[in-house]
Amino acid sequence: MFPGPTSHVETVDFVFLYIVGISVILLLGITAVMIYFVFKFNRKKGHKPKDIHGSILLETIWIAIPTVLVLSMFYFGYIGYEELRDIPDDAMQVEVIARMWEWDFRYENGKVTKELYVPLSKPIKLVMESVDVNHSFYIPAFRIKEDVIAGKKNVLGFTPSRIGEYDVACAEYCGLQHSMMYTKVIVMPEREFEEWYANTEETAVEPENK
Amino acid sequence: MANGTIAANGKTFYEEGTTKAKTGLTAWIFSTDHKRIGLMYLSAISIFFSAAVIIALLMRLELIAPGKTIMEPQTYNSLFTLHGVIMIFLFIIPGIPAVFGNFFLPLQIGAKDVSFPRLNLLSFWIYIIGAFLVLLSLALPGGPIDTGWTFYIPYSVRSGTNISLAIFAAFVLGFSSILTGLNFITTVHRLRAPGMSWFKMPLFVWATYATAWIQIIATPVIGITILLVIIERFFGVGIFDPALGGDPILYQHLFWIYSHPAVYIMILPAMGVVSEIIPTFARRTIFGYRAIAMSSLAIAFVGYLVWAHHMFTSGISDAARIIFSLLTFIVALPSGVKVFNWVATMYKGSIDPKPPFLWVMSFIVLFSIGGLTGLVLGSLATDIHLHDTYFVVAHFHYVMFGGTGTIFFAALYYWFPKMFGRLYNTKLANIGVALFFIAFNLLYFPKFILGYMGMPRRYYDYLSEFTSLQLISTIGSWVMAIALIIVIGNIVHGIFRGPKSTSNPWGGVTLEWHTSSPPPLENFHEIPTVTHEPYDFSQLEEMKNE
Ligand SMILES: [Cu+2]
Repeated sequence: MFPGPTSHVETVDFVFLYIVGISVILLLGITAVMIYFVFKFNRKKGHKPKDIHGSILLETIWIAIPTVLVLSMFYFGYIGYEELRDIPDDAMQVEVIARMWEWDFRYENGKVTKELYVPLSKPIKLVMESVDVNHSFYIPAFRIKEDVIAGKKNVLGFTPSRIGEYDVACAEYCGLQHSMMYTKVIVMPEREFEEWYANTEETAVEPENK
Repeated sequence: MANGTIAANGKTFYEEGTTKAKTGLTAWIFSTDHKRIGLMYLSAISIFFSAAVIIALLMRLELIAPGKTIMEPQTYNSLFTLHGVIMIFLFIIPGIPAVFGNFFLPLQIGAKDVSFPRLNLLSFWIYIIGAFLVLLSLALPGGPIDTGWTFYIPYSVRSGTNISLAIFAAFVLGFSSILTGLNFITTVHRLRAPGMSWFKMPLFVWATYATAWIQIIATPVIGITILLVIIERFFGVGIFDPALGGDPILYQHLFWIYSHPAVYIMILPAMGVVSEIIPTFARRTIFGYRAIAMSSLAIAFVGYLVWAHHMFTSGISDAARIIFSLLTFIVALPSGVKVFNWVATMYKGSIDPKPPFLWVMSFIVLFSIGGLTGLVLGSLATDIHLHDTYFVVAHFHYVMFGGTGTIFFAALYYWFPKMFGRLYNTKLANIGVALFFIAFNLLYFPKFILGYMGMPRRYYDYLSEFTSLQLISTIGSWVMAIALIIVIGNIVHGIFRGPKSTSNPWGGVTLEWHTSSPPPLENFHEIPTVTHEPYDFSQLEEMKNE
């Protein structure tokens, strides 16, 4: 099978489809029963209404079943989240600095870029901080985000499993150019990345202000 | 009737006031009659609602295509902030309690008025002053606020717009909410008619009562938070601003400790209205009365414990995220119980799907979609992806507008004959509901898809891949405008030109239907003694002789 951009994508999509699947069944059930009742027990048919004050059995059932369902939803969401937070110790660390309205990426060898370059299949650990207002580092294709806040180092991890370029957006409102605070994460084959990483002269970009 | 003196004059509250002046503006703005106060809220709220709708239409027009369409980004940022501030603080939080709670809570428990009528008038005036301050913050130099309705720090510290005044307006509005809550709680405790035990109270009263507790317990938190922000801004004390050594996450905690329970201030009264309308039009008792009443209280209390689900990506600890996710799923359960009980109430009824009932059917579908998509957001793995995207925007519009907004109209269409003694056009009302439902889904459903595709919220501009869904949503906003014109126009026309209504056109049995339409000044010619359960339709026969 064609692999997703990260294996976490499949996890999130599964949790999403699981919850949405159950929800669609519930929604269609509720709607269908309601419409059926409105026709079946319509006043035009002239039958006498019957006062039913409740039913312990029914009410217990429709508390118990949803309880089990939502607990299972919680569980899958939790497992998926644990997977996201489980960042191996040997992950490659990149510092992310957010400012109105751009991103800087600082690598362990001192290289600084405006776009995030990462090697295929290598776990990445982003340590993120803002120099001004709240931002949020969001890679929709990877289904991950984490806020970037001044005075706080928030962490986000992923392991790219497909070569390509993916959009990075700012998801926390940060003022005038919030919607234009896009950059890219570029996933390269390992060897190509090594070459790029070793060359500290060519692609390094100085941040505009320290 | 035995004591014919009061009954004899037969005047409605429109013809008789609590003020010296019998007619004109002063007879309204100084009236302590809960019904007049309710109607004054209705007029004020309608104006603010319309303004926020027009703002939304402008935003949707801007978003019809990528790039600039009609406005600059700064204007757009101010507009989405204003839309949120007006809709939340001036329309949906006061909304149903201030209008229908004021008008119908005393009627439904067989009281002459609320416990503190003058305090009630004060609440209204504080509300107007708060609203005036919001307007003032637009006009003063500095310009309209551009921070989003959440006023997140540090952006709200850095923004040069009139933040202090706007949040002070929210502070003032909070007092209106607290005083109304206090008044309702006391009224329910002290002024129930003879025979009305707690479990004979209509469910709208239960819901308003539970809401009132949230209003008085949660609202002070936002008041204190706003004061702290003002202290920080004017005295440079570092509380929230990292530049001063403060903690911006602390602000988010405090903000949501109020604003999440506030979500239940918005939805609980609407749920109460649903529990009134379904029995009346199904002409049978509500299914699971106690479960519905108790689930209101359960929501009111568990609702305090889930605030941090607005902060799953803010960097709070993993343990906190997991606990708040679990609690979020738990708080969904009482709402589910209510939906099942409502549908069960239709079983073996004698259903007459008049316009208020159609509004409720529309509500059940829209609110269920809103609630179920809330589960997607309560789950950690999916929320990390969807937080702060259009998915959230779609979700809360389904809950707030599809839920509370729809029921605001349902309540208006249900209690209209009682409030105004007239009727609206039924055929047009049916068309209004249907068109509203279609427009609503056209306007908001594409936003779920956009959100999952990765479109963040509060974006002036967007990537070209989002264009077609944005276009559908904008078209939906135009259909919605037409639907609202029909829905509101029908009401306005009905108030002035509608045919006269009988005192109980739907065959309701709660106490407000035991008096004339519109009711007299002190509601009842004779305070009723309650002998029946709230939704016991065997009373209908005896009521014919009243
Ligand atoms: Cu940003």
